[in-house]
This record gives sequence, structure tokens and C-alpha cells, in this order.
Amino acid sequence: MTTTASAHSTERTALADPHPTRVCALDRLTPDLGVAALVDGVQVAVFLLDDGSVHAVQNLCPFSGASVMSRGITGSRADEPTIASPIYKQVFSLLTGACLATMDKEPQPGLEGRLRVYRAWVESGEVWVDISDSH
Amino acid sequence: MGAKRVVVVGAGMVAQRFVQSLRADDTDGRYEIEVYGEEQYAPYDRVALTSFFAKAGPEELLLGSQDLWDDPNVTLHSSTRVAAIDRDAQTVTLDDGSQRSYDELVLATGSSAWAPPVPGVDLPGVFMYRTLDDVAQLRDWVRAKQAIVGRPVRGAVIGGGLLGLEAAGALQSMGATATVVEFANRLMALQVDDSGGEALKSLIQRLGVQVKCGVATSEVVADADGNVGTLKFSNGGEQLVDVVVFATGIRPRDDLARAAELQVGERGGVVVDDACRTEDPHVSAIGECAAASADGFMSIGLIAPGNTMADVTAHRLLGRAEVYFGADTATKLKLLGVDVASFGDAFATTPGALEVVYSDPFSGAYKKLVMTDDASVLLGGMFVGDASAYATLRPMVGAELPGDPSSWILPEGQAERPDVELPDAANVCSCNNVTAGSIRHAVNEDGIHDLGELKSHTKAGTACGSCLPLVKKILNTELEKSGIEVSEALCEHFAMSRASLFSAIQVAGLTTFTDIIERFGSGHGCDICKPTVGSILASIYNGHVLADDRAALQDTNDRFMANVQKDGTYSVVPRIPGGEITPDKLMVIAEVAQDYGLYTKITGGQRIDLFGARLEQLPEIWQRLVDAGMESGHAYGKSLRTVKSCVGSSWCRYGVQDSAGMAIKLELRYRGLRSPHKIKVGVSGCARECAEARGKDVGVIATEKGWNVYVGGNGGFTPKHAQLLAEDVDEDTVFQVIDRYLMLYIRTADRLQRTAPWQEEYEGGLDAIRDVILNDSLGICADLDEHMTHHIDTYEDEWKAVLSDPKRLSQFTSFVNAPDQADPTLMYVEERGQRRPATPAERAELAAAGSEK
Amino acid sequence: MTTTIPANAVAVCAYDDLIPDLGVAALVGDTQVAVFRLDDDSVRAVQNLCPFSGASVMSRGITGSRGDEPTIASPIYKQVFSLVTGECLVTMDKLPVTGSADLAVYQVSIDNGQVMINLAGGQ
Repeated sequence: MTTTASAHSTERTALADPHPTRVCALDRLTPDLGVAALVDGVQVAVFLLDDGSVHAVQNLCPFSGASVMSRGITGSRADEPTIASPIYKQVFSLLTGACLATMDKEPQPGLEGRLRVYRAWVESGEVWVDISDSH
Repeated sequence: MGAKRVVVVGAGMVAQRFVQSLRADDTDGRYEIEVYGEEQYAPYDRVALTSFFAKAGPEELLLGSQDLWDDPNVTLHSSTRVAAIDRDAQTVTLDDGSQRSYDELVLATGSSAWAPPVPGVDLPGVFMYRTLDDVAQLRDWVRAKQAIVGRPVRGAVIGGGLLGLEAAGALQSMGATATVVEFANRLMALQVDDSGGEALKSLIQRLGVQVKCGVATSEVVADADGNVGTLKFSNGGEQLVDVVVFATGIRPRDDLARAAELQVGERGGVVVDDACRTEDPHVSAIGECAAASADGFMSIGLIAPGNTMADVTAHRLLGRAEVYFGADTATKLKLLGVDVASFGDAFATTPGALEVVYSDPFSGAYKKLVMTDDASVLLGGMFVGDASAYATLRPMVGAELPGDPSSWILPEGQAERPDVELPDAANVCSCNNVTAGSIRHAVNEDGIHDLGELKSHTKAGTACGSCLPLVKKILNTELEKSGIEVSEALCEHFAMSRASLFSAIQVAGLTTFTDIIERFGSGHGCDICKPTVGSILASIYNGHVLADDRAALQDTNDRFMANVQKDGTYSVVPRIPGGEITPDKLMVIAEVAQDYGLYTKITGGQRIDLFGARLEQLPEIWQRLVDAGMESGHAYGKSLRTVKSCVGSSWCRYGVQDSAGMAIKLELRYRGLRSPHKIKVGVSGCARECAEARGKDVGVIATEKGWNVYVGGNGGFTPKHAQLLAEDVDEDTVFQVIDRYLMLYIRTADRLQRTAPWQEEYEGGLDAIRDVILNDSLGICADLDEHMTHHIDTYEDEWKAVLSDPKRLSQFTSFVNAPDQADPTLMYVEERGQRRPATPAERAELAAAGSEK
Repeated sequence: MTTTIPANAVAVCAYDDLIPDLGVAALVGDTQVAVFRLDDDSVRAVQNLCPFSGASVMSRGITGSRGDEPTIASPIYKQVFSLVTGECLVTMDKLPVTGSADLAVYQVSIDNGQVMINLAGGQ
């Protein structure tokens, strides 16, 4: 086991059994306008993109420590869909959660400089998120 | 013939520099290098040790690239100590007893922290401040203490020099209190004189660090658990402590050299000549462990001379004779955010030297220049609190200083400073110490032609960002010089400038982002181009910021029509046109603040700022304002902010026109106007200029005959006085001139370009702008007028509009699936009778208190 | 509107209440009077209305002298007037708002420790 992987795995095992959660109706979402959702005490930012895909990432912005990612601006870097933090404008991939532009800032102490990405999907007109399924 | 072997003892910063320097020039592979370091890490940036507390891990402090250690000619042995040197056999013995032979030996053992032999110095909870392990242990100790004591951890630092103040800053950053105890009668005794020390002390105390000077620590006493508990001072005083850091100096590590019978200096350090050779031609010493002849056989605890010694030695091994001329002890530091700098003969030891001193007890700044007895030649200087002149002055030591010496240390604007072209040595980015020369070098030699890359490459403008316009200017000037076309691309999605995009959208009559990016751009947009297009659409068509698909284009302030704060809540600034308000309305604002627990502050723009409103509370707050006949205001966004005014002729005995009335008319005329950057306006009722209108983008100043209109003023990083555009004009002309000026600016300025740089860079400057506005030289005045009239006619209270639109209102929800639940991560503490966001340390404390219940 | 002008001297305050060079305003009938005790312990009274601003503020001005002439300066635009004759000595390039540029001067006496003003006895 490498030390870098351990932080992830402990977080994952801390969660209960997989339990997909219904977040809201799909038609509650406006393309490119994120919403925040509270799933078992975890704040999740949910986005519907203009290609009809839905994405969920942690709502906590690692660089400001504020729970605001849902209020960021969506966009793209080449083909990668992105979300920019509304506080200091760091850009993250909505697919991998990787930080694509740190704006030369460091994340807040104790926070990783990336976003956790949760599995999100649409089923019978409802948006679902599974916070036990993340990377 | 095989490669010769260089053994480097020590794996610190100077060792890394030596290896890098040797490998860079040893293209034939004449040397193989073995580096032995006792620490478990590859060489790291010891100077930046304090930043460890803000970093994820030690790896972020590592110096240079890993490629250096992957080089087949280089082997790094971490956690390996060299125990002895046999100069006759040309071997070193390692701590496991094995031996390695060398052709060349380089001592780079550095120095070690030294603590006075007071009782209790080895108690748990007493730390040094020298290595990564030191600071990691210090951090763990403070965190563990924090969890136990349930109050801020009490910290003390013994030693008020550079490292001591760094350590105090580190303690504070972890939420601990910090007291600095210094044996000498002032802080930073090596860098500053008594007055400078006093200034530094008071500046640091303002930051919450306690300072005791002229006090010796006599004993560290244990608490009941056997950990550090109390400091006892020689004057009989005592202080309770949970953690103590000793930063009482360093001693060169010359024990290996002593054992090998190499000559050492009187105050320690291996004696070397000006080529960094010891008396043994195959043994060199570099950095803090060396005592060079050029430094008077004294060890120097600074990184820059160590790097020079490393280069000199590496080049000598390759057959290039270079000379180490001794250390330049000029230093410029930022300690706890306070500038401290000294250079040259800072203590005025030259016979007959004159001292020119400026000291401002209010700002806390202390500045001193040392001149020759005829006040013509600069000998040295000292700065505390404001070292902005350091970069320009330091290269001028020994040269004649143009102008009156005092003009260099008086606050900007109080004396005419002679015009000196920005020299290569000028410090453009004072946060990261980046000079104009290194920016020019990056552009011209490293081929960096993009501002973003230039930032990452040079680090200029990456901390506070206030120097970015200057960096961009240097970039563009250099590019123009070399005939390279300056890219005007907005971002990867639009290959045109904001001004071109503005005309393109206007001519094509496009109204949605989807159509615009399809026609003129590519991809899905980003946080650069989306708000720009949002602003252009607002400028051209007005209409609601959240109309159609525009909401997704807006940055968070425009999207939620309030000012986002660091914790993700918002501030609301009710519009108070001209700063004029009735007591009734004032009471409504007070009630709103009270009901929602909003931190309340009067702004510089004559408004009242209410902080800490949650997203879902914004519509309720606007409703209260609307009910009272008010509206919220644009203290945010790239738009008209505020029209500041004095009270004017209706009350003031000097006022010659009704400036408050004029300000109200202007604010109501231009409110909601979206622009490339924020716009500020000021109106003064007479030439006394109490509204500071000439510091605004548009300044209107009353005259006996009417009004003067000034444009292009700016506060902030590069203050500029506004220039006269129209003189003694009547009210209608005031409006017309400003209408046209603002519209021209909105159409042609760059993204995030304020009016001052815009009118400076507009072809033909302000004269050309005046010609367009007053003489209609481009024949566009009717168009500009019509455009502004459209804006004024279509203005709507955008906050009220949201209240009556359920779809837009639904955006103002805490959680889409739990709208009744507020963001649980928000935490506040009370300060001076109001609340503010808790600091990370306070949050930890609040969380701990919460879980106990 | 009728204006009351007492025919005789009217007591306005105790002499001991006056502080040298600090004027006070007094109401005699309907007329506002600025009263000054100077540092030679003499007492002077002039109209409180400043002719150049129209504000009743002369009592708040700064006393001084031009040559041997004791003076009072208006606190609004700093015109200087003689406390002996009421004449405006320095107009600061301004014109009076209404009427004369000079101040009316009233007769002052001390009687039994009281400062007495006689409006009818002015110049």
C-alpha cells in the first residue's frame, strides 16, 4: 500500500453501504446552473450540462474552504467539462475532479487540491447521486 | 579515463545548487557525483520552511526537479551521515562503517541550530526551527495541544531575529498565540537600528504578536505532566507556555573538518580562499559551513552567497577560474507580512555619513538612507514597513542619487521622485521578489509570450496580483520590441479581444451565448469568456442579468446579485444614491441587519455594507428593502459601483453647486450599467474636492460657472488623478459627455481594463477621446447617445425582478433537496459586538466544543 | 412682525461668566448680540449676524487685533470686523448677503457685576 492511496481508502470505508440518493427532479435543473444538495450530511454540487449529462462533485471548494462549488461557472478545457470555483476561480475537471488551474494558490490546510467526483445519473426523470461511489 | 568522483557531504540547498551547477556544465560527464545527507529528504527549500504549514507535505518544499537525482551521474544517499574524512587516503567513512573514495570532496554541511544552555531546554514541547522534521514536530505538537487545552495554544519564541519572527508567524498561522522574547534591546538587531527595531516591534504587535526585548530566558520549567509549562526570565518575570521555539542562532557545522585537521575560523566555519578551496586542494567548503576569506573568515547565514560559492566551486572543478567576492548582506524580507530590508552601509559606519530618516508613527513605516557627507552618493539604507524603494535603490549603492534623497523615502506623492527608467533590478512583484529583469528574461530568452505562463514561470503576480498590470505591460513592451504580435485572444474559446467581440456581437445582433460561441468561438466557454459575454450582452441590450441563458454566464456576484465573501455567504449593499438617506430608511437597514445578524460596516463609497447573508436569505432581504422603497445596489460586478459626493451647496458654506443632487442624478442614470471593469464616480461641490472625485473613473467638480468633468482617475495599486475632459459645462452637457465617454469605454476597452489604462492606451490618448466625444470626429456620437438612452430607459430593479419570478427565485436555495436546511459548515465568532467568520483554528475549537456537548 | 428694542440697558449675564476671548451669543429682545470679553477685560458687543454668510455666528468667531483695533473674524468666511466701530476691515473678496457689510456695535456697561447691553445706545 502506498501512502498516497491510504487517504482515499479510509474515507471510502468510513461510508455506509452503497445507497443511491434521489436529489431532485431533472426538470428542476437548468443547463449549466449548478445546485447544491445535501446527501447524508455531505454537500454535493450537481450540474446538468448542455449535452444533457449530469455531474456531481463535492460542494466544498478546497482553495477557499467555503461550500460554494455549485455556484461556479461551467465550461470546458479542450474536451473536458469543467467547473470554476466562484471564490478564487480555480478550474476543476467535472470528470476526474482534477484541478486544472490552481491560480497559483494552495488548498486550505488539510484539504486536497482536487474535487471528489460522485457517480450521478438520471433515472425516470429523477437525478440520483451515490456518494459511496466516488473517486 | 573514467569519470572522477566528487563526494558532497550534506544535502541541503547549497549542495543541490552545486550538483545542479556542475551537471549543467559538465557535458562530457567528467564527474560522477555522490551526495550524502543525514536527513531523510532530498534537498528542500529551507528558506521557505515556514510555508510548510500551508503545504500538503514535505514533497512540496523539495528543490528543483527530480530529474537531477535521476541523472545516472548523480547518486543521492539520504539518511546517511559521513562520520569521518581521511584526507591522505582521499576517503570518507560513512556511519555504517563503509568507506568511499573521492577525487574531490565538497563540504556543504551547513549549520545547526544553537540554543543557550538554559535549564529545561530539552523538555518536551521545546523545539528548534531548522529542519523539516523540526517544523513537522512543532506542528504535530501544537495540533495535539490544541485538542487538549480547549483554548488557543500559548506559544513563545526565544529569539527575535529572522527565524524567530518566522516561527512566531508559523505559531500564529496554526491558531496559537505568539510571544517573541529577544535578549537584545531590539528585534532583527543585525538588519535594523534602534528606531527601525522600535518600528518593527510596533508593527508586529499590531498583528497580535507580543514582543519582549531586553529579556533573557533563565529557565524553562515543566508542568505537572513533565511538558514545557512556564518560561522564567532573568528579570524575574514568568510566562505560561504550551510550546516554545528556540530560534537563538546557528553555528557552522565544521566538526568533520576539525577532526580532519582542516583550519577553521575563529567563530567556526571551514576556512576557504576566494575559490572556496580549503588548505587541502581536493577539499572545498561551500555555504554556511564555510568561512571565506572574502567574508573576513566569517560564516554567512544567507542563501544567496551559498549559491554563489556552489557555482564558483562547480565551475572551478570544470577548469573555469572564478572568484567569490564575498557576501552582499543586503536583505529584503517579508516577516508576518511586514517588509524589512537593509542594504549597503545601513548602520552609517562610514565616517561623515549622513542619515536621512523618515518615520511615520501612524503607518508604522521607518525608512532611512545613508548618504556621503555631501548628501550626493548613496551608501546604504534601511526600511521597515515599506520597502518599496529597495529594489530601485539597492543597485545604486556607490552611485550618485538623482534628486533630493528625501524624495525616495517620503510617501508617494509627497515629493517629486526623479524619473528613473524601470531598471532590470526593479522589484515588480514584491510578494515574490520578481524583478523587471527576470520578467524580460523570461519573455526574451525563455520565449514565454503568454501572461498566464509568465506568471507560473516567474511567480510574478501570483500572490496578491496587484502587480499584474505592470507585468502585462512589460510583457507587451518586450513582445512589441521583438516584433511579435501580441495575442488578443480572450481565452481558448475566443480568438479575439473583448472589443472585437463586442462589435461582432453588436453587428451580428446575437443575443445568446450559444449563438455567439457557435458563430465566433469554439468549445463550451469558461469562467473568462462567459462573464465577458454576459457583460457585453448586458451592455448592448440591457435586460436582466439572469434573463434567458444569461444566468450561467455570470460570475457568482452577478448571478446572485450580491457580493460573495470568503465563507460563501454574501454581503448586501443597499443603494443609497449620493449617500443621502432618510432616518426612516436608515432604520430599515438597521432592522434588516439586526434580524439577520449581519455584520455591518460603512464602506468607502458612502454605503452601508451588510455581511453574512446566506444565499437563501437574499430574496427576503431584498423584499424588505423593496417594501421600504429602496433597492439593493451594485457593490459588485463590473458595473457602476457608487457615486461619492460631498454635501454640496445646499449645506456647505463653500459649495458652489448642488453636488449631492448631481451625484444622485448620475447614480440613477448609470446604475446597472455593465462595463469591462468597475466604474466609480465622484462629485465635489467645489474645488476643495472633498469627494475625491479626481480619484474616480469619472470625476465631476463644481465651478462658479458650472461643472468640470474629469476622466480616467484610479485608486488601488496604481493611483491616477483623473484628467480634465470638459470645462465649465452645464448639467445637460455633463450627462452627455459622461454618456459618450462611458459608452466608448464599454465598447472599446479590454476585459478587466479600468478607464485609466484604457484612455492611456487608446490610440491618440485622451485628446483623441475628447475629439470623439466633443467634436464627433468618428461620427458615432448619435449612436453612443442612443445606446446610453436605451440603457437608462430600460433599467429595472434587478433584485425586485427576481422576487416576482419563481423560476429565478428557485435559484436562491440552500440545498435543492433540503431547502430548509442552511449550510451547516458556516461558523461565526463574535468580535467587537458583531459576528465574523471563524478562522480555521476557531472552527476547530467550535467543532470540539460542539462534539463535547 | 414687531421688533422689541428695550429702551434701557438689559442684563445678559454675569461678568464673571465671560471667559476672555470666547464670545457668547445673547438675545436682547429679538436681537441676537455677540458679546466678547477681551484680554484687557473690556467687554464688547456687536450684532451676531454675519453679513457675509447670513448666519448668526459672530459670537463664535476668533478675536484679534489689527494695529490697536480689537477685531472679530467671522467663523464662516473669515471676514474681519472692528469690535470698536463694527467696520468690515477685510471682506475676503466677498459681498455681503444683504444690507451693510459692517456690524452694528452696541453699548456695554457693567453694573453690579452684570453685563448690561443697551441696543438703543449703539452706533
